[in-house]
Amino acid sequence: MAKDYKLEKRKYVISGFIILIVAIYIVRLFNLQVGDEKYKLNAESNAFLKRTVYPARGLIYDRNGELVVFNQPAYDVMLIPKDVEHFDTVAFCNTLGITREELARKWAEMKDHKRNPGYSAYTPQKLLSHLSQEDYGRLQEKLYLFPGFYIQKRTIRQYNHLTGANILGNIREVSAKDLERDSYYRSGDYTGDLGVEKSYEKYLRGIKGEEILMKDALGRVKGKYEDGMYDTSPESGKNLTLSIDVNLQAYGESLMRGKIGAIVAIEPETGEILALVTSPSYDPSLLIGRDRGKNYASLVQDPYKPLFDRALQAAYPPGSTFKPSQGLIFLQEGIINPGTSFPCSRGYHNHGLTVGCHGHASPIALKPALQTSCNAYFCWGFKNMIDKAGTKPVDQLTKWKDYLVSMGYGYKLGVDLPSESRGFIPNSEYYTKNYKGSWSGNTIISISIGQGEVLATPLQIANLCATIANRGFFYTPHVVKEIQDTILPAKYRTRHTPPVDRKWYDVIAEGMRMAVLGGTCKGANIAGLEICGKTGTAQNPHGMDHSAFMGFAPYKNPKIAVAVYVENAGYGAAYGVPIGSLMIEKYLKGEISPERKHVETNMLNSNTIKYSGVTKH
Amino acid sequence: MELPSTDRSASLFRTVDWPTIILYLLLVAAGVFSIYAASYDFDNASVFDFNEFSGKQTLWVGLGLLLGIIILQIDYRVYETYAYLIYGVVLLVLIATIFLAPDIKGSRSWLVFGPVSLQPAEFGKFATALALAKLFSGYNFSLNAKISNYFRAMIIIFLPIALILMQKETGSALVYISLIFVLYREGMSGLVLLSVLSAISWFVVTVKYATPLFMGIPLGQFIVLTAVMVVFLIMIFTYCRNPRLGRNLTLAFGGSALIVWILSLFGINVSGMVYFMLMLGGGVVYTAIVMFRHHIGKYLVSIGFVVSSVIFMFSVNYVFTNVLGNHQQMRIKVALGIEDNLRGAGYNVNQSKIAIGSGGLTGKGFLNGTQTKLKYVPEQHTDFIFCTIGEEEGFVGSVAVLALFLMLILRLVHIAERQPNVFGRVYAYCVLSYLIFHLCINIGMVIGLCPVIGIPLPFFSYGGSALWGFTILLFILLRIDAARHEHRN
Repeated sequence: MAKDYKLEKRKYVISGFIILIVAIYIVRLFNLQVGDEKYKLNAESNAFLKRTVYPARGLIYDRNGELVVFNQPAYDVMLIPKDVEHFDTVAFCNTLGITREELARKWAEMKDHKRNPGYSAYTPQKLLSHLSQEDYGRLQEKLYLFPGFYIQKRTIRQYNHLTGANILGNIREVSAKDLERDSYYRSGDYTGDLGVEKSYEKYLRGIKGEEILMKDALGRVKGKYEDGMYDTSPESGKNLTLSIDVNLQAYGESLMRGKIGAIVAIEPETGEILALVTSPSYDPSLLIGRDRGKNYASLVQDPYKPLFDRALQAAYPPGSTFKPSQGLIFLQEGIINPGTSFPCSRGYHNHGLTVGCHGHASPIALKPALQTSCNAYFCWGFKNMIDKAGTKPVDQLTKWKDYLVSMGYGYKLGVDLPSESRGFIPNSEYYTKNYKGSWSGNTIISISIGQGEVLATPLQIANLCATIANRGFFYTPHVVKEIQDTILPAKYRTRHTPPVDRKWYDVIAEGMRMAVLGGTCKGANIAGLEICGKTGTAQNPHGMDHSAFMGFAPYKNPKIAVAVYVENAGYGAAYGVPIGSLMIEKYLKGEISPERKHVETNMLNSNTIKYSGVTKH
Repeated sequence: MELPSTDRSASLFRTVDWPTIILYLLLVAAGVFSIYAASYDFDNASVFDFNEFSGKQTLWVGLGLLLGIIILQIDYRVYETYAYLIYGVVLLVLIATIFLAPDIKGSRSWLVFGPVSLQPAEFGKFATALALAKLFSGYNFSLNAKISNYFRAMIIIFLPIALILMQKETGSALVYISLIFVLYREGMSGLVLLSVLSAISWFVVTVKYATPLFMGIPLGQFIVLTAVMVVFLIMIFTYCRNPRLGRNLTLAFGGSALIVWILSLFGINVSGMVYFMLMLGGGVVYTAIVMFRHHIGKYLVSIGFVVSSVIFMFSVNYVFTNVLGNHQQMRIKVALGIEDNLRGAGYNVNQSKIAIGSGGLTGKGFLNGTQTKLKYVPEQHTDFIFCTIGEEEGFVGSVAVLALFLMLILRLVHIAERQPNVFGRVYAYCVLSYLIFHLCINIGMVIGLCPVIGIPLPFFSYGGSALWGFTILLFILLRIDAARHEHRN
């Protein structure tokens, strides 16, 4: 048969067709394989199961090496809903000792999008948390009966001493915000909340390790990728040694029972905080385990606000504890010298303004003025400084404020705990604004005795006390003494020196010693301790005066500086002095002498909370 | 004349088409290694362990080669003489299969003989090819001589299709559609081929890419309209042979596309529908004006192509979205393999794209693929075997495999055209048509361009029936081809 050449040309159409198709496929393959990284990433997330290996969280010790916070394993029952097949619910419930109703309830909770917004059938979900060791053992044994279920080991905190909740803080599950802020966290991780758990989170948490496992399409693990060559092992968190003395802390908390207020004790030569008591406080172990949420909510709703750390966050009028700072400023500024006397006729009287005082000799010099806590003396000193001839009150007040700021007032000190209040030291602009430009030393006289606009935290008061004890310098107060294998941040190793000569501190310290020997702080006159002190009785708009005290001991080479602040407890001598002196005695001697036992008993049993006007329902 | 058998063997060795044999051996060997890689389970089994897929496939390959050698020994005239008989026997087996085969996942296509299962549909291919070749080689047979010739060809093609459909093996049945290439080569109007190919493509593309919008119209419609435009231009150039008109239209279409693109840079978005309707409408009107000065017929055909394509596309779209319910749409999509609902929409194809895409330029290396090893890709040693090559050998390996297939197909075109008689030529075209269909559909499915139709990749996919089916097809052709010189007398 003759060849049809016209038809033979059709071979080109057929060849062209297949060449075209192959060309299209090659272009497509190029796009898939060379042009698009997406598929490589998808392949990784497909095949690799990256399992996090959690490091042990750092332990927390007190200054004497006493273990305070440690870890305890906890076990959560997890499951991936899509992998769960029909399982024997009766056997499951029996293994864990729960009822079927309970299981049904937990199951419903897990699937409830309101309670568990992250629910997905494809991702791990938590069914039960914090199994006991025994339940864990039993379930582990029978886990093969329940495909899709697994056990996630976590660690929770345990406390050896149920004290210092405000310092220690606790741990909680990370929030959506934490996840967004710090890529370290994955959903379900724990993070520090409050206290050093929060402020030292980066040291405590350690570094997570990772195991790379291979999983097949059914999610079954097929061993380690490249025999674990790319795995990383976790690095434990750093242990912390607190500067806190746990016994002193616990003792302070017991003294403050039934009272609202705070105690701060500092080792002057290092700035290490020995005790940081806020009252009322709470048991730190309330915030671990299954009931954390419930307990936390009840703490938040408590009218006495136990979560509010009064030692750092409460800004109080410092009252007469402010006077030593004023003495230092006046001396340094040359307004007075140690011999300068001012008259006091039951108070300061000037241009129709009267600031009351109590009966004592007049005229009076600086040291006796500190001894008797004379208001008039510091009013006159203040007036003479602000209204000094040839100067403007605006400039003089600025100078006054700068001194106080250099002593740690008016701004956050920078303690190593999460929340601190700055207190308040008014400046010239503040008064110019409020008094429309017309003010003088007389107008604002009450700030010279720690009243009026001036506010300070107990920590700031204790810091001033430590500065006087050191005769002129302080370290930023801090609660952590050592971080394992790490040096403390430089800010806690830097000496701060306010611009006041050392000799003036000697004068003030002597005045404070006199107050203990024969003045307002007589209650702190304990043989062999050489306590120096200054009381404070702060008027406030909430009712009875606040009782305050600051003191250090021994007079020479001081080892402890204390500030005590008890809300609505009356005179400084009534609660401030006894509590402060007991703290000093406890710390320096280790125990309270028999002749002072009645003071201790008084303080342990007294209750001033009833004067606060806050009632618990 | 019958030659002494030793001489025949010797001459066979000289006349058999070695390039084809070498390509065949390369493909089959690559297939065995791919199957080994695909079913490798980190337990380091040997390639030739007969309990493994790769070991079994090696056995099938060995038996296949034996089969090939036997086929080469048989006189070439046997195939022509007994073509209808073979066709008849295979049809009977196909009928028997419907009743005898056990139900495996809804399909009744496997005959089980103890440990061995065979899929007769795979052997229908060579039988049908022989029957078709026999029909065309009849004395003075011309496809276009009378309409009944088409009818006879259609019966030969559609009998196995019907029987295989009854076995619920849609994919294997659709393969026979590819024989339209043979009809085309033997004289069927190119317009029929064009209509069939475009109708299928337009339908699939319109339905498959109904959702993402591009230039304000569904992506599927955009692709179809662009394709219509390109085919229209090709027709004007090569079919109507009017390069002036073609040039003008190309300038108009391309120029306005450029303007539309520039406008879009300035934030002015021209609707794709407006563009296509203006261009195609204008092109048709312009061509209509021009055609009265030339052969009206060819212009009418070109215009008809454009108009019917557009109407067809819109009716598919209308029927699919407005007439059918969601459920029915899904049924059709699943039936066509456009959507597979194994694990939510598109799981298989998505996984196979991930596996191939993760291979990169040079691949992860033999046995280092994670996606295929960890069984993310379904049917990875059978229909989705190409994933393993894509993942482990990368773009380079994938292109190499495509190139081998392309070379084989082009070689078969060459062999077909050198056949001295119609029987050999038609048979050769049948073989290469099957190969084209399998290659296009299988690879297209794996890289996500074609509907998921479960047919194997020739020589690669695991399975004795498919391998033997293609081996028989190819070796019969080699035998016929080797005899091309004997036939001269």
